[in-house]
Amino acid sequence: MAMQKFLLTGTGGQGLILAAIMLAEAGIYAGQNVAQSQSYGPEARGGASRAEVIIGDEDIYYPKVERPNFVLTLSQEAYKKYGLHLDEEAILIVDDTQVTEVKPRSKNFYSLPITKAARAHFGSEQSANVLALGVVASISGYLSMDNVLQSVKHRAPKGTTEQNIKALEIGWKMGLKAGENQENKHCQNEGDES
Amino acid sequence: MSNPKLMQGNEAVAEGALAAGVLFYAGYPITPSTEIAEKMAERLPLVGGSFIQMEDEIGSMAAIIGASLTGLKALTATSGPGFSLMQENLGYAVATEVPCVVVNVQRGGPSTGLPTSPAQADVMQARWGTHGDHPIIAITPSTVQECYVLTVIAFNLAEEYRIPVILLMDEVIGHLREKVVLPDQLTIVNRKKPDVPPGEYLPYENDDSMIPAMANFGDGYRYHVTGLTHNQKGLSSGNPEVTKSFMQRLTQKLNPYLDRIQMVEEVQLEDADLILIAYGCSARSAMEALHIARGRGLKVGLFRPITIWPFPQKQLEKYVGRKFLVVEMNTGQLAGEIERIFGNKAVERLNRIDGELITPKEVLDKIGGVCNV
Repeated sequence: MAMQKFLLTGTGGQGLILAAIMLAEAGIYAGQNVAQSQSYGPEARGGASRAEVIIGDEDIYYPKVERPNFVLTLSQEAYKKYGLHLDEEAILIVDDTQVTEVKPRSKNFYSLPITKAARAHFGSEQSANVLALGVVASISGYLSMDNVLQSVKHRAPKGTTEQNIKALEIGWKMGLKAGENQENKHCQNEGDES
Repeated sequence: MSNPKLMQGNEAVAEGALAAGVLFYAGYPITPSTEIAEKMAERLPLVGGSFIQMEDEIGSMAAIIGASLTGLKALTATSGPGFSLMQENLGYAVATEVPCVVVNVQRGGPSTGLPTSPAQADVMQARWGTHGDHPIIAITPSTVQECYVLTVIAFNLAEEYRIPVILLMDEVIGHLREKVVLPDQLTIVNRKKPDVPPGEYLPYENDDSMIPAMANFGDGYRYHVTGLTHNQKGLSSGNPEVTKSFMQRLTQKLNPYLDRIQMVEEVQLEDADLILIAYGCSARSAMEALHIARGRGLKVGLFRPITIWPFPQKQLEKYVGRKFLVVEMNTGQLAGEIERIFGNKAVERLNRIDGELITPKEVLDKIGGVCNV
């Protein structure tokens, strides 16, 4: 597969590094090369934080993400820092609970109730990171559910495996549905034009 | 071959140390090296080893020297501020020829500097941080796979040549997670033991190998260990003849073995007009830039000193007459060394000291400038 670059951004404490580790490990289960890194520093304790994943079958030299293909933002601040100024082809996914002010994007944009779904199903935001991982992985279309499931099972903190599997499933479905809706919308638009 | 695993650089160092047979770790946790201590604390008790969290890095270094004298393979890990504190006892390990491995995951300096950001500014400290003329070995991994393999090699070199080996990492590689395939078979080297009875043992014997056999404390070989200049029995001496003999052997003891110590990676050098020289995290940016530059028809190659000390001068000297660009996250610590070899007209520098990894674009821009395209 051509190299795919993911940026998972939000606030320190949301579990995005763990989600990125799970994403990278799923890449390994899929037989790919991966590089996963993150920013440390004050943002690890609040403020805009970022975790990065590169997946692909080529050798990965420069290990940091410069022009991402997929960006997830789970906070307004992270959106401001990482969600604007993207390549047109880059896919932006925002959590509509946390990111309320967005600049419209004509395509490759998903605003989804990630945190809201986590609260509704689990009564807390605890598994929002894995739910978001499901959304990102399914929208990207580069990994199978099996590969991601395997890494979630391997990496979920003790005692949280069941909840995180559930969160992954919810996120995966949310991503698939959003992808279908966007495709339909796209077809309709094309129809309108002709 | 085992199944590929996702592993962090620091974690791979710990795994490599365990594979090499380490049984003792003493350290004071410090960012960005902490995961090594965490992993060792978790794993060593399970294999009958010992983990001690020390009061500071002076004590950490002292403790691993003591453990090694009893015959154990011993490890410590730190970053710049702790590496500074280790220098005194590091010199003691060099002078007393006690094998050990010291990991320095470099962060921005000087002083406490930038705890969570990368730098490569301890290159000269690794070489000359402790006082007096002395040999040292320092090696620089560029991938997580290398963090594992080179940690095993670091222990092998330490054991074989009775010398502290510095694994000179950086924050980028220490915290990076990548695919690692653990090799099925590893070469493990253990120190040479005396084959004479205790009464005849010379702990600092000056024979042709230049590397004396090392008895474990507790095995019945009583001998004296001192940082003072010493004779072949290990007893201190100020005699100029004894001093000369000791210092000559000490400072030259790696010379017969340089071919086995000095590891390099050479990429597309045959026809290269411009040779990038980079190590650790900077080599990742340089490699990316090299491939893009080659795609544009520029004859660029990479010389990566995996063993940075003793610097692989002989391997590099083959390329006399070419242009060199030294890419590193400091103000030119290795560049100075390359200029010493080829003169400063042949050497260009690309340095970054703001705590951010050098980007491939920066390297490409510099390549463009040097190649006049």
